[in-house]
Amino acid sequence: MTETTTSSALPEKLAGATPEVIARPIRGLSDKAIAWFFIGPTILLLLAINIFPLIWTIWLSFTNYRANRPNAEVKMVGLDWYHRILGDGDVWLAMQTTAHFVVWTIIIETVLGFGLAWLIDKKFRGHGLWTTVILIPMMLSPAVVGNFWTFLYQPQSGLFNYVVGFLTGIDPSSFQMLGSVRLSPWAIVIVDAWMWTPYVMLICLAGLRSIPDYIYEAAEVDRASPWRQFWSITLPMALPFIMLAVLFRGIENFKMFDMVNLLTGGGPGSTTEVVSITLKRQAFESWRTGYSSALAIILFVTVFGLANIYVKALNRVKQR
Amino acid sequence: MKKLLTIASAIGTAALLAGAATGEARAADKQITLCWAAWDPANALVELSKDFTKETGIGMKFEFVPWTSYADRFLNELNSHGKLCDLIIGDSQWVGGSAENGHYVKLNDFFDKEKISMDDFVKATVVGYSEWPKNTPNYWALPAMADAVGWTYRKDWFARPELQKEFKEKYGRDLAPPKTYDELKQIAEFFQGRDIDGKKVYGAYIFTERGSEGITMGVTNVLYDYGFQYDDPAKPYHMEGFVNSPEAVKGLEFYKELYTCCTAPGMTNAYMSEGLDAFKSGQVAMQMNWFAFFPGLYKDPNVGGDKIGFFPNPAGPDGHFTQLGGQGISVVAYSDNQPEALEYIKWFAQPAVQQKWWELGGYSAMKSVVEAPGFAASAPFAPDFLASMNMVKDFWAEPSYAQLMQAMQKRVSDYVVADQGTAKEALDGLVKDWTTVFEDEGKM
Repeated sequence: MTETTTSSALPEKLAGATPEVIARPIRGLSDKAIAWFFIGPTILLLLAINIFPLIWTIWLSFTNYRANRPNAEVKMVGLDWYHRILGDGDVWLAMQTTAHFVVWTIIIETVLGFGLAWLIDKKFRGHGLWTTVILIPMMLSPAVVGNFWTFLYQPQSGLFNYVVGFLTGIDPSSFQMLGSVRLSPWAIVIVDAWMWTPYVMLICLAGLRSIPDYIYEAAEVDRASPWRQFWSITLPMALPFIMLAVLFRGIENFKMFDMVNLLTGGGPGSTTEVVSITLKRQAFESWRTGYSSALAIILFVTVFGLANIYVKALNRVKQR
Repeated sequence: MKKLLTIASAIGTAALLAGAATGEARAADKQITLCWAAWDPANALVELSKDFTKETGIGMKFEFVPWTSYADRFLNELNSHGKLCDLIIGDSQWVGGSAENGHYVKLNDFFDKEKISMDDFVKATVVGYSEWPKNTPNYWALPAMADAVGWTYRKDWFARPELQKEFKEKYGRDLAPPKTYDELKQIAEFFQGRDIDGKKVYGAYIFTERGSEGITMGVTNVLYDYGFQYDDPAKPYHMEGFVNSPEAVKGLEFYKELYTCCTAPGMTNAYMSEGLDAFKSGQVAMQMNWFAFFPGLYKDPNVGGDKIGFFPNPAGPDGHFTQLGGQGISVVAYSDNQPEALEYIKWFAQPAVQQKWWELGGYSAMKSVVEAPGFAASAPFAPDFLASMNMVKDFWAEPSYAQLMQAMQKRVSDYVVADQGTAKEALDGLVKDWTTVFEDEGKM
């Protein structure tokens, strides 16, 4: 009884403490109106920084507007840019490069991330320290990572080439990770995997730790082998978490820009030109604002569409 | 009452004095900002501009940006009508866009009023840096920093008797600065992978950078000499058979051969600073770079002085040209300090200031400086600079130059560095890209 009195007295106390200037306009408003009053600023902010730019970009994608000619007459070009982009071999090549990067980073990060999470979950001595050590790369800024890996990949003085040379006997200065057409896409995959595997590990670890011990105990009573336990308990129960990590990394890597830009700038030639680099070049180097807006919309729709399909699949797995 | 009057007069005097002091401080506070790239000549300009402040009381502030982000940064600034720069030393190719988009103040009336004549400046720099449309008397900048592509070489290596002997036996001529691109390639091959003083060295350093303008500024030196032309002189903007002529194709193939045979490993995305590093560290025998860097290289304690030599861009089978660099100085149309900015241009256009500019390490484009009897002897690279300025050609200076540049960067880089397709395919693709740009512009 006392508790009820206290809790009902608190709003009254707070209402009493509200300055008259604020209290007067609010008094008499419905709950719905007050709710709108509180969430209104956030919605306005979202509209201003997310929705308006999106609508503006959609509009620009139908025009010949160029940001470097703000005084020029803006003409509607209809679907011209979309038509050109979808028939542009260079854009498709950039899409292929992006797909190569996304697919391989996801495979490597998922396998290594899950493996590390599985090991850490064994709670061996010092596992806390190792977890912290493993997490360090993802705490670094991509700009820092890009810069120091550029040094590590130096053919004549870089540590990476030296280690490869030491382990394989190959002359360290005989190959270049960033300058070679064949190796540069893999150089980027290696750096991304180094940086973001810990992130996947963290999500997988959360998944593994959410599996109740009694399920394993029941399996052991049923004399299930460790392999069987892994396939029938660990993997299915951690799968939603793994899928979530894949979703996050997929979206992130589809729009990867900073690290690629720092490591290779899209080169040599256009070998590592992922689609975000193409977009930047069209928007801020060639100043084709209309064209780049159309490309941005195509990318948005692609990522949004794929993510939606994936989320549906994820929900199905969770409901199993 | 007397005391009151004394206090009142003291307050009044103090107020007057304070007011006068504030006024003086305001005059001294007048300051203009000059925007340019961060490189050696910019430091010389800072030194030179101290005289301007001394003479006029107008303070100078500088905004220097590394070359790799120079265009991005300042074109963004101009496009957004920013007020950061009162004066800008903008790249030669920006003049068309900046004139048509109203970023620069037209200087004709000012030049007439101040008796600044464009006839006092080297013709190529006036056309390259100041005029839009080209070859018309419409001036948007004062030629500020004349520049072109030239070459440096290791004079001390070339002078070694054992290398001289070996080279003569192999090629039947002296090991000397090359006059043609074929000779340059032979010398580069001769040095490639050679052991000099216990260190592996490489033949030549050439531009390969992809992001901004590097590889284009390098490859055009060869293309011009092999007969490449931007368009049909009789039919502007018609490029078929000029950009992708058989001669131009051979020129592009030559650049790739030079890149493949004779450059150091890892030089897949290299421009000015990488070239300077390669030369200063004793890695290469010959280096392609802008004349602007040569005063600094000549002073370098390790590779400068007697160890360094200079030569202009070699000739090719169809001509002898070099890529124009350099910039003009313009007044930004959005500046609130246009009178002070114009005052700077007036001061900068004086022959004495231009002479000091050259002495400090800048490259004057004024005839009274570069055609003075003592100019050729004033620096070891001065004769080659003069020769180069008489054979310069420039990239498109159209309002759509950025798009034209990016197209060429991609096509050439994909072929030369990434080994994709053939030279013919690269240049055919370039004609297609440039045609699309000019069609979109309504020029074709």
